[in-house]
Amino acid sequence: MQLYSLTLSQARSMLQEGRVSAVELTRAVLERIDSLDSRINAYITVDPEGALEAARRADSAIAAGNRQALTGIPVAVKDLICTRRMPTTCGSRILKNFRPPYDATVICRLEEQGAVVLGKLNMDEFAMGSTNEHSAFGPTRNPWDLERIPGGSSGGAAAAVAADMCLAALGSDTGGSVRQPASHCGVVGLKPTYGRVSRFGLVAFASSLDQIGPLCKTVADAAVVLEAISGHDPADSTSVPEPVPDYASLLEGDLKGLRIGLPKEYFRVEGLDAGVRQAVEKAVRVLVDLGAGVVDISLPHSRHAVAAYYVIAPCEASSNLARYDGVKYGLREKEQDGLVAMYNATRSRGFGAEVQRRIILGTFALSAGYYDAYYGKASQVRTLIVDDFKQAFEKCDVIAAPVAPTPAYRLGETIDDPLAMYLSDVFTLAANLAGIPALSVPCGMADGGLPVGLQLMGAHFDEATLLKVGHRFEQAAGIDAKPQLD
Amino acid sequence: MKISKEQVQYVARLARLELEPEQLDNFARQLATILDYMETLSRVDTTGVEPTAHVLSITNAFRRDQVRQHLDRSQALANAPASEEGSFVVPKVI
Repeated sequence: MQLYSLTLSQARSMLQEGRVSAVELTRAVLERIDSLDSRINAYITVDPEGALEAARRADSAIAAGNRQALTGIPVAVKDLICTRRMPTTCGSRILKNFRPPYDATVICRLEEQGAVVLGKLNMDEFAMGSTNEHSAFGPTRNPWDLERIPGGSSGGAAAAVAADMCLAALGSDTGGSVRQPASHCGVVGLKPTYGRVSRFGLVAFASSLDQIGPLCKTVADAAVVLEAISGHDPADSTSVPEPVPDYASLLEGDLKGLRIGLPKEYFRVEGLDAGVRQAVEKAVRVLVDLGAGVVDISLPHSRHAVAAYYVIAPCEASSNLARYDGVKYGLREKEQDGLVAMYNATRSRGFGAEVQRRIILGTFALSAGYYDAYYGKASQVRTLIVDDFKQAFEKCDVIAAPVAPTPAYRLGETIDDPLAMYLSDVFTLAANLAGIPALSVPCGMADGGLPVGLQLMGAHFDEATLLKVGHRFEQAAGIDAKPQLD
Repeated sequence: MKISKEQVQYVARLARLELEPEQLDNFARQLATILDYMETLSRVDTTGVEPTAHVLSITNAFRRDQVRQHLDRSQALANAPASEEGSFVVPKVI
């Protein structure tokens, strides 16, 4: 077995037992990136020197008996998480050379826990997209089929984990951007509860929806990373002062008495691929064999989630992205023609088509005469979606559903049809609108040998139950296929 | 919903974007399709439903008004396209 193909938990044991050093492990992963990433394009920036220095520090800490949860583990983060020692581009031309003067709280927490940060991962520009084709640094390719998208917007993160170019990654999930690429690339992805993880230093897209989450090779690995990054942060007033459980110790245990809700509306969605449906239904049977019970539930307003989300998120984005004005940081164009001309030129040349489309959509929906019909209405429908989940969780403990209606598309399939791309987010958006946690776990293969994910959604701050169900499923189902890349 | 090029142009101006004629055509067409889809929201009965802006029960997060560690001026200006004497420099305004 190659060192780069270790899971985080395996690597932790080997580091602890002295069977491998952090420097050896980091070198192995850096070499893997070197040999593979020209084909996949998962990384925007790799920092070998910084990573090896962190690995040497990790080896000293291990020698001194100061091992933390992630000491010596090579990880990478999506390129919208601010890092002092590397540029933070958000996949955008407008921030191509931006070097943040501070580290995001999640970076501080990873480093406090001894992690080795290898680099920054490719993404749809400002996290707007479900395919990773909307990156100013070129599309990321799916390790299972290089002619297909990895999903998005954390496509670089999912592809890097799937192709063993890091042991774990952090992405962000505003409407499915951790779970959908995890599903398409056959890895585990978790969107925690809104407020669970500090967003200080996460570049904002839609502030009432954004949340940072881990992408990992196993559910147990995700539990370790979630614990490391969770908890209240005085620098983020939307982070919640709830205690952080020891997630990794809560993975085992019986599923007897657990009630799994199957939302009838989700399985009736037009365009749900037969292979995806079969894989998810089979996964539910595995959970039943483990002792869980199934209840039918209804989420009647879920069919309005796409419309509500694609009003609310662009509205918030149009406001958040007003800060890119060519004054304080980032690109500046057409200096000589006055201030407004500079704004216009900077933003038009700095932002790609999808970001401009969403800024215009959001600005339109917030403009005089349209606010009530769009933003106001969508915010009311959001309340109905929140209430649907409240009622559902009176009848069940976990909701099981597909992550995406189809396996990964071919590159270019939705590039000129934004609505088709938006509609593919049909199963993931509701969890963001309701702020609940949701997990994507590989559950099988569809036609063409492409991975399919099972989505598990839980009540606010009940990540522990999702991780336990996901872990037990993973163990019982024994899905451990890997993409053939060598 | 029909969206005219003039409407897209107007909104683009509000958002400080300058669109090429071809982009204007594209966006007008795509926005019309997207907004048609959004029309489904108007069919939902929301009488008496409070809007949701934030899903958690936390309201305000207060802290003491104390000076804490902060970026120094040179760090804050380090990414500026132009700066001078400790300030951001912008093109001529008037």
